Amino acid sequence: MTVGATSASLVDGRLDAKIPPGPIEQKWERHCFDMKLVSPANRRRYTVLVVGSGLAGAAAAASLGELGYKVECFSYHDSPRRAHSIAAQGGINAAKNYRNDGDSVFRLFYDTVKGGDFRAREANVYRLAELSLNIIDQCVAQGVPFAREYGGLLDTRSFGGAQVSRTFYARGQTGQQLLLGAYQALERQVGLGTVTMHTRAEMLDLVVVDGRARGIVTRNLVTGAVESHVGDAVVLATGGYGNVFYLSTNAKASNATAIWRAHKRGAFFGNPCFTQIHPTCIPMSGEHQSKLTLMSESLRNDGRVWVPTKVGDTRPPDRIPIGERDYYLERKYPSFGNLSPRDIASRAAKEVCDEKRGVGPGGRGVYLDFADAIARLGEPAIREKYGNLFDMYERITGENAYRVPMRIYPAVHYTMGGLWVDYNLMSTIAGLFVAGEANFSDHGANRLGASALMQGLADGYFILPCTLADYLARIRADTLDAGHPVFRAAEVEVAERVRRLLAINGTRTVDSFHRELGHLMWDYCGMARNEAGLRHALRKIPELRAEFWANVRVLERNEELNQSLEKAGRVADFLELGELMCIDALHRTESCGSHFREERQTPDGEALRDDEHFAHVAAWEYTDRLAEPNLHREPLHFEYVHLSQRSYR
Amino acid sequence: MNLTLRVWRQKSASARGRLVTYEAKNISPDMSFLEMLDVVNEELIDRGEPPIAFEHDCREGICGACGFMINGVAHGPKRATTVCQLHMRSFRDGDRLTLEPWRARAFPVIKDLIVDRSAFDRIVQAGGFISAPTGSAPDANAILVRKEDADLAFDAATCIGCGACVAACPNAAAMLFTAAKVSHLGLLPQGQPERSARARNMVAAMDREMFGSCTNIGECEAVCPKEISLAFIARLNRDLLAATFRGRGARNAASPSDRTPRAAP
Repeated sequence: MTVGATSASLVDGRLDAKIPPGPIEQKWERHCFDMKLVSPANRRRYTVLVVGSGLAGAAAAASLGELGYKVECFSYHDSPRRAHSIAAQGGINAAKNYRNDGDSVFRLFYDTVKGGDFRAREANVYRLAELSLNIIDQCVAQGVPFAREYGGLLDTRSFGGAQVSRTFYARGQTGQQLLLGAYQALERQVGLGTVTMHTRAEMLDLVVVDGRARGIVTRNLVTGAVESHVGDAVVLATGGYGNVFYLSTNAKASNATAIWRAHKRGAFFGNPCFTQIHPTCIPMSGEHQSKLTLMSESLRNDGRVWVPTKVGDTRPPDRIPIGERDYYLERKYPSFGNLSPRDIASRAAKEVCDEKRGVGPGGRGVYLDFADAIARLGEPAIREKYGNLFDMYERITGENAYRVPMRIYPAVHYTMGGLWVDYNLMSTIAGLFVAGEANFSDHGANRLGASALMQGLADGYFILPCTLADYLARIRADTLDAGHPVFRAAEVEVAERVRRLLAINGTRTVDSFHRELGHLMWDYCGMARNEAGLRHALRKIPELRAEFWANVRVLERNEELNQSLEKAGRVADFLELGELMCIDALHRTESCGSHFREERQTPDGEALRDDEHFAHVAAWEYTDRLAEPNLHREPLHFEYVHLSQRSYR
Repeated sequence: MNLTLRVWRQKSASARGRLVTYEAKNISPDMSFLEMLDVVNEELIDRGEPPIAFEHDCREGICGACGFMINGVAHGPKRATTVCQLHMRSFRDGDRLTLEPWRARAFPVIKDLIVDRSAFDRIVQAGGFISAPTGSAPDANAILVRKEDADLAFDAATCIGCGACVAACPNAAAMLFTAAKVSHLGLLPQGQPERSARARNMVAAMDREMFGSCTNIGECEAVCPKEISLAFIARLNRDLLAATFRGRGARNAASPSDRTPRAAP
């Protein structure tokens, strides 16, 4: 067997990440050569189920369909184009060095490992940086209308703390344009008959037969029908789980059910507590708030962040003289200033608000002020760059940010954690591949700006088509069908769970439980965590879960479109996942990236890693007791980027 | 603020629907329209009544999932705004609002305010793409695009596929949706080889899906949350006309002779 091949990654309880040997810049290319291929004539014999149709899922389904595999793709939306990748604003990184500013694959790799605070796998990150070049080429060929220079060449900008200009963008709607590119490629395959698209179909269980992922069970969201789908491999590209916090920048339907069901069937969960809090979101306006809206952090290129120097200063911003303003990011981090990484900028905002220097209703907000940029560049230049963001801000807040500073506050945005995968993106269940935000792979403890789109597309367009082929080439296509007892049993379980949810008929709405869970998670497993708080949450979450199963009210029937029922199933899973996140946060008694344990900080309040004990991925194995999952550690080795304390001062 | 809502309730595609009146009480002007409906729904559930089904997801105006008629206007009274981004400060205390689903033959109602817009996906399947197999692309900067063309293509590409244009059109035409995609791809050098076939095949798909014909009324542009310009329809018609005379690239298309070009503004 070739080293690195897509065989089981768990041997005698030890995790094997299957990282290919050799120098880092040759690993992927050599691995591609070492992997087996499926001959074109044989590909149609294999069925691949792709769950999710965002950047990673649509890209994978389109590419695999094009190669000749039989692909079935699933989305709970009415159309694959609704996937939440569409909301990404800022851009996508690629190490093209079109700007002659010293960028390279190695630099993007280096920045990503360092930005992730040394909690990502070097080999994966290097591959991501390499593939960034192909992604831009592919997207341009598809007709993604990236911003251009007058000479017709692609424009780039510096983004999210990067010191080179490597971010390609399509105004403030890069995610939309990239997703539509992948969506169009996917629909083309649907038209050609290589991909069957199942919309309004929600995956509610994974089916594992003889140790291999062989299918899924879905619920038709219009008719309530519970259906089995059989395949030779399953790809989960179902996004992140930030909605465990109730309020986040995620879409309302974004959920963890697919990955959580797979986890309960044996897929390990990697670093569940690594949650990115995005510094530039519109603050809450009241208890009715249903979600938080991100303002692209590209705004920090021209906006200056400040709060009043004095506690409790309620004067309007234009009445506060310069001398009484604290441009705290510029003060604390002179070399990066307003472009400090997301985790650092978020915590700094929390600190000044904790000191009662926050602005706006409730005091949970800081100013992002464009007055200097407008004075320097003129309003038209600012409008050209950020017009749609300023419009969005005005629609939501009723304020004109060309005249008064924006108010921003951090919000949950992205989950770096996810199902553990090896170098081939295969989970600990053979034949179960996980792509995009749903896996834990490339961002370590903190994701750099403009890297999520890059990772989703790298996984979908370029990695899975190779590694899935290797897996399929090593198995034999068989005649398993949905009549198999394991499928039947899974269908019964799904139907029974739905029946239970409908039968409780308690007194509280699903949303009221979700909100309460969100408060617990935000207060105790949010921007700053400590042992006492986490232990408190670990007592409260099981209580809340028990109350949910005794007292939730879900009206109407299964056999119709029932949005409360959909939400109830998702919240039930969040109530379990939230516990695992707190367990993981409690175990990791270090601070790294987004994970800030108050017990572990430098004298000036910066995150303090503990490489001796925690330079590992925490991969959790489900055991029937939610409070006692098994911990497996995958040690991380840093040969190319040397472990160092991050400093953005 | 307090409002009176008359909401279209229809249990399923085959059930009969009707307008039901609800009171929305103690609504904050800072709520979005959908947050106001969340509040109404929480109260309905507390009373044991089925909540109002409406489609929504990102609540940032970009996914295109949400949308319904408010007093006969798609996405409500504010220009260039989806209902998720429409805030209650756009209304007055005591307003009476009628909420109905998109009405179009090609968009059958599924439940309450939710309709089936899968016809849009089938229009895209017919030609709303550039055939660029994964891995076959040249270097990104090998393809030069004039900034003006890239910007105009982007303007067309911002369509979110919400269906407001169809709902607002007295003919329930999907011309603005289709024209946006044809223009986006047809403005770029990468999109030229398939340009004729694209226009022809997408228009044929539009007909198969029973969308109506364009008579240049312009309601579509008026309600479009992304302000997609009516001028793109003229562009589609030019492509369609050229394709008809050229008679090339009719791959998979219905016979082009069975339709005349659409009116151009």
